[in-house]
Amino acid sequence: MLKQRPFLVEALTAIGLVVTPFILPYLGFAPTTINRILIWGLFGIGFDILFGYTGLLSFGQSAFFGTGGMVAAYLLTQVNFPNVWLALFIGLVVAAAVGFLVGLIALRRTGIYFAMITVAIAEVFFFVEFNPLSAYTGGENGLPGVPTPTLNLGFKTIQFNTDWSLYVFFAFWFFVGIVIALRIVRSPVGAILSAIRDNPLRASAVGHNIHGYKLTAFVIAAAYAGFAGGLLGVMQGFMPPDAFMFDTSGQLVMQTAMGGAGNLFGPLVGAAVWLYLNDFLQQTLHLGAAWKLVLGVVFVLLVCFLRHGLIGGFADLYKLAMQHSAPKAEPHEAAPIPGMTAEEEQKAAEIALAKMPAAPPMPPPHRKGDDYSGPILQATSLTKRYGGLVANSDIDFSVQPGERRGIIGPNGAGKTTFFKMLTCEIHPTSGQIVFEGRDITGMDVTDVCQLGLTKSYQVNQLFTRLTVRENLTISALAELRGKFRLDMFRLPHNIHGLDQQVERTLALVDLTGRADVPVSELAYGEKRRLEVGLALASSPSLLLLDEPLAGMSPRERVEMVKLLKSISQGRTMIIIDHDMDSLFELVERVTVLQEGRVLVEGSPNEIKGNKTVQDAYLGGVVAA
Amino acid sequence: MINWGTFISQCFNGLVLGALLALISSGLTIIYGTLGVLNLAHGAMFMLGGYAGWMAYTYSGSFIIAVIAGSLFVLLVGVVTERVVIRHFYSRPHEDQLLVTFGLGIVFVETVRYFFGSLSKAVPPPPPLVGITPLGFMFYPTYRLALLGIVAAALLALYVVLYRSRIGMIVRAGIEDSVMVDSLGIDVYKVFMLVFGIGAMAAGFAGIINAPVVSIAPDIGEGILVQTFVVIVIGAVGSFPGAILGGLIAGEIISITSMFNPGYAYVMLFVAMTLVLVLRPYGLLGTVGRE
Repeated sequence: MLKQRPFLVEALTAIGLVVTPFILPYLGFAPTTINRILIWGLFGIGFDILFGYTGLLSFGQSAFFGTGGMVAAYLLTQVNFPNVWLALFIGLVVAAAVGFLVGLIALRRTGIYFAMITVAIAEVFFFVEFNPLSAYTGGENGLPGVPTPTLNLGFKTIQFNTDWSLYVFFAFWFFVGIVIALRIVRSPVGAILSAIRDNPLRASAVGHNIHGYKLTAFVIAAAYAGFAGGLLGVMQGFMPPDAFMFDTSGQLVMQTAMGGAGNLFGPLVGAAVWLYLNDFLQQTLHLGAAWKLVLGVVFVLLVCFLRHGLIGGFADLYKLAMQHSAPKAEPHEAAPIPGMTAEEEQKAAEIALAKMPAAPPMPPPHRKGDDYSGPILQATSLTKRYGGLVANSDIDFSVQPGERRGIIGPNGAGKTTFFKMLTCEIHPTSGQIVFEGRDITGMDVTDVCQLGLTKSYQVNQLFTRLTVRENLTISALAELRGKFRLDMFRLPHNIHGLDQQVERTLALVDLTGRADVPVSELAYGEKRRLEVGLALASSPSLLLLDEPLAGMSPRERVEMVKLLKSISQGRTMIIIDHDMDSLFELVERVTVLQEGRVLVEGSPNEIKGNKTVQDAYLGGVVAA
Repeated sequence: MINWGTFISQCFNGLVLGALLALISSGLTIIYGTLGVLNLAHGAMFMLGGYAGWMAYTYSGSFIIAVIAGSLFVLLVGVVTERVVIRHFYSRPHEDQLLVTFGLGIVFVETVRYFFGSLSKAVPPPPPLVGITPLGFMFYPTYRLALLGIVAAALLALYVVLYRSRIGMIVRAGIEDSVMVDSLGIDVYKVFMLVFGIGAMAAGFAGIINAPVVSIAPDIGEGILVQTFVVIVIGAVGSFPGAILGGLIAGEIISITSMFNPGYAYVMLFVAMTLVLVLRPYGLLGTVGRE
């Protein structure tokens, strides 16, 4: 829908802003309330990019709101800075710079730690404003006398000094703010931010520098906050010190949650509800101080019963209504045929699949290290200890380019630990890993993926709230854009080769027909194929597959084996699996791990006939 | 020039504040460790303890009754809150848990404000503890001195419950792996309810015993909550010893800095927190991978 009408949201916003002054006053909104809603809405756009899109819940946005506002107000009232527009912009820049520094500290941790750290930091700002810096900020008195902006058109100077002329000023900036934000969330950066929200671990594993992107989101939020803070001073003609208070951060969080996070307009809707109720409860119902109690109760009920806020609630209602009119598309996964054994079903599936046209193989990956000859991967005496527990001990392992290698071993043999060390998710206690002639020991998983070594996980690690196509796009973006790039205003379609690479991967994992379905609606086998697709979309030269067949039905297994065969052309693969028949069919050599050591290595036929391997699996019962 | 008398008495103040923060933080940290929920209404629990105690004191005139009533009331509030609201949030994202406990905190604070107003209320210390005690090298308010003992006793009691009792063993096992505890046939939900109640009670108890030192007001819990966060970030989440160590460090930093300039107390606290985050991101007593 968005693709066909690219400026629909922008146009609707513009229309909404134009008609607002002719409608809202009749619903009981005072002009100052409307202006306040716009300021909180603008403040919230940045916060929504941080919270709704990136999943970082900050309780410390007051620090940036206050900083931007104070800097602008200080310039305009204390040093007689002449230009309001420029002062607001300087406030934005300072707030963003402060946001960068705070982000460096706060983003050292995630989740609840992040929330706690932001609260603590914002509290510091509050005390600094009140005490050490009170000579500049007016302490508890704030800074009065903030002038209103003017616009000199040459022939006429426009004064924004009444409620409605200020409305024009604020509406203009809100519109600019929403246009920029829409552009950001539709850019590759925006896509990656959503991926970080859904699954930070996988986002970094497919090759994105998630710390850099989180910091970006944090700075964006701080910039919006700083500018909105400046507007608050302009609106009131006075910069209040309580902009720095915890209540400010709290109000922003509550408004966003009430309106609905993750759509940029939630904070605006939340602010409208909040400020309207504020006026209504105090002035019409004369509740006095109890207004906040009522709002608190409303908020708790909304969080309990309306998970995605008011906008999310309306969206769900709309979807429900649409579902009644249009029948839902069925997943094309075939149901098991009754009266058939698993083996018969597998054969039938194989026959059916043989008739299907083969997906085009991915072109061989192209990377710098191509002139290197020798083993693509070489691990030397790799050891991993967890306290007294030795997970892997002294593993020597070497894979040639183009080889398909299988790794088998009983449960607990250390296969997954071994894989994690190869992809640098964990670091070995001792030993060395060399990939394409380069020592990668101690590098992080993102850099290793960028070099062309990646893994599909034993347990699906997908971006669950995104569609299949978006998932693959995230992975392909890492290969095409590198691990960090701030192309915040570019549209993904303009990235050369992106669409082709995503389409090709879709065809390869046989999900073309399901491209625009959210991951949460996929069948298990489809999710499993997407899991492999995520690893594949970054065109790795060495692909590790951790139990790709785990938990699949016989039919799904046949499809997966076929898929793995088709992607192996021109690519080196290492596969862990317990399904030996399928594995032996796929690979050229097999390494057997037992109790953290290499037991034996050889061709599938050698391994099948090897007595020690049989003993390892069957505990020596057959031999006895 | 440093006045050594003031310095030592500020160190004592820091110790008292630190012990109090340690107690409140222990409550927050065992709730988080066991239930996985960061309770943003914890500051409100501190405030509720103070008000419930003040009410009891107003009617009975006894400080002991005030302390018991304050603690039990908050225990009850904690248990009911867990049963009615928090329980439905275990399976929801962390963000939703933060939002709902934040909202609950506001509801608690505003309810108290609605009934008792914004003006602060004072609870006098019990008669035997009024006045000043000579310590040889300085004079120190008797109640604050007693407070140190009371908080130490409360922390010891919490330690005994956590480390020397059956229920404590279950709680500590739950901190490590609550799913495993559940599959051992122990009703984890009952344990969760109890832990939430005990954790809240730690804050409520602190709220009433601190009332003779700092008079109570509806938003008194807010600043306490922020300090508690710093304590936990410094000490490590989910760690009882970490809460105590972090509490004492934070208390001393606040008190000693206040001697020079109270405006910088939070700045120094923040500097300490930043240092810990840079040098030991998982807290002083934290281990990598446990969160």
